[in-house]
Amino acid sequence: MNMSLLSTEILTAVLACGLLILCLLSPNKEKHRGIGYATLFGLLAILVTTFFQYGINETTFHELWIHDDYSVFMKELFLVAAILVTLSSIDFVDTLPRFRSEYYSLIVFAALGMMVMASANDLVTIYVGMELMTITFFVLVAYVLGNGRSSEAGVKYLLLGAASSAVLLFGMSLLYGLTGTTVIPEMMAKLHWSPALVIAVVTLIAGFGFKISAVPFHMWSPDIYEGAPTPITGYLAVASKAAGFAVLVRVFIDGLPLQNGVDWLTVMSVLAGITMVIGNVVAIPQTNIKRMLAYSSVAQAGYLLVGLMSADAAGVKGILFYAMLYVVANMGAFAVAIVVAKELGTEEIPDYAGLAIRQPLLASVMTISLLSLAGIPPLAGFVGKLYLFSAIMDKGVLWPAFVGFVMSMVSVYYYLNVALYMWRDEPKDNRPIHVPGAIKFTVLFAMVATVFFGIYPGPLAEVATMAAKSLF
Amino acid sequence: MTIGLTHFLLLGTALFCLGLYGLLSKRNAIAILMGIELMLNAVNINLIAFNKYVAAGSYTGQVFSVFVIVVAAAEVAVGLALVLAIYKDRLSTNVDDLDWLKW
Repeated sequence: MNMSLLSTEILTAVLACGLLILCLLSPNKEKHRGIGYATLFGLLAILVTTFFQYGINETTFHELWIHDDYSVFMKELFLVAAILVTLSSIDFVDTLPRFRSEYYSLIVFAALGMMVMASANDLVTIYVGMELMTITFFVLVAYVLGNGRSSEAGVKYLLLGAASSAVLLFGMSLLYGLTGTTVIPEMMAKLHWSPALVIAVVTLIAGFGFKISAVPFHMWSPDIYEGAPTPITGYLAVASKAAGFAVLVRVFIDGLPLQNGVDWLTVMSVLAGITMVIGNVVAIPQTNIKRMLAYSSVAQAGYLLVGLMSADAAGVKGILFYAMLYVVANMGAFAVAIVVAKELGTEEIPDYAGLAIRQPLLASVMTISLLSLAGIPPLAGFVGKLYLFSAIMDKGVLWPAFVGFVMSMVSVYYYLNVALYMWRDEPKDNRPIHVPGAIKFTVLFAMVATVFFGIYPGPLAEVATMAAKSLF
Repeated sequence: MTIGLTHFLLLGTALFCLGLYGLLSKRNAIAILMGIELMLNAVNINLIAFNKYVAAGSYTGQVFSVFVIVVAAAEVAVGLALVLAIYKDRLSTNVDDLDWLKW
């Protein structure tokens, strides 16, 4: 047993528990900033250690745990997301009524759950990691005590999330029954077509589809995104979805055979198609910025599913590259929404009127992030979509690229609608909006990364290619 | 007649469907949580039965079901706390009253 393969997770677990102890020891319970910065530096240090972990391809604990470049890339993605969420949370936590310091350790625990999912080579490990993430998110979504909307979102997420885990578990139990093993790569050879396998695949798709909010399992996301505290909404939208994709890709590509098995590729294609169409179309009439971003994130799940459709290294590389840029662009947009919600007390898109005059930085970052999500060159989202759609076109299948292209054009409409309010309309009052330092850093990072990787995608694409190849 | 794998699987599936029915038909949040518990226990029956009849000699299925039980307990602990929070806010645990967030 090689414990060094778990070093990232061990460090994260130590950090999370250490932060909890720090909360208990701190004399003033409501002074949280020090703990916030400790979280930040801890996560940054762990991120640095992961850069030395590439190139190791091993399993441990009787193949329960796998350490490959794919899992390392995913862990870096979760850490980047957790760092950006912590940065944009520090000023938000001031507004919480109680339990301010504990908030940060929950963010780290959620990241730990996602890391376990990314490294899971076995159904039991997947389940434990997924529940660690999901249960932590139940708490985080309902974190604003005394706020009815937050509590309501928490209860809704709890009931739907627990039900989806139960459905997923039923599928896992059938897979175990069909193969006698829970190790994913060992299943591949033992599975062949049977009615039970069909039920297992359907329940697995339903369970994972819930996590990545693919249509028709997306119904929860707008409600929960709207009710949850805004930094947590960002965390849910980027990291929880990416973690869902991390296991989805591993289970389906490593574990479920396409020959003699169930043709899950067709099911995924149908899901990808309707997810792209419905996500983008329903986003158009939304007037709440968080709801609009929720439907946009449903649409993004559709684009990512196109990468799974090609079921080869190029498609997975597209997923990894796009997921990383999606984290950056989405966190930029949510960070702007956090400041606007705090300073203006509103989440409605028409209230963004004149933001360009009141705070040009926020308006620019929002515009760049949204254009990147829409896939406008030369921003990073364009490169990501190019990788995703060229992978499937190389297989000779053209319709997903066509649907994706048309739906990206549709998405430009509702993304630019926000930009229109910000740049065209006169503000109701002209006082400049104060941007706290931590948020300023988040939005600047999001803007620079989005533009940089759009113009010069080479290095990130190389790492993503290496990570994707380790899966095949 | 001896009891075999089929009987256990039928029991498991029936229990799962009962839980799903409770999940979809009940209006009280706590009753819905009970439905989810039924579904999880159906999975446990499946896992143990498969362990005995398909993968005899290994303990993976039993270990899996122990994990399911532990995680389900954690889930319910958080779940009841959340239901309490919403009860303080709405003075009701009826899911029909959770209608502030709607498209």
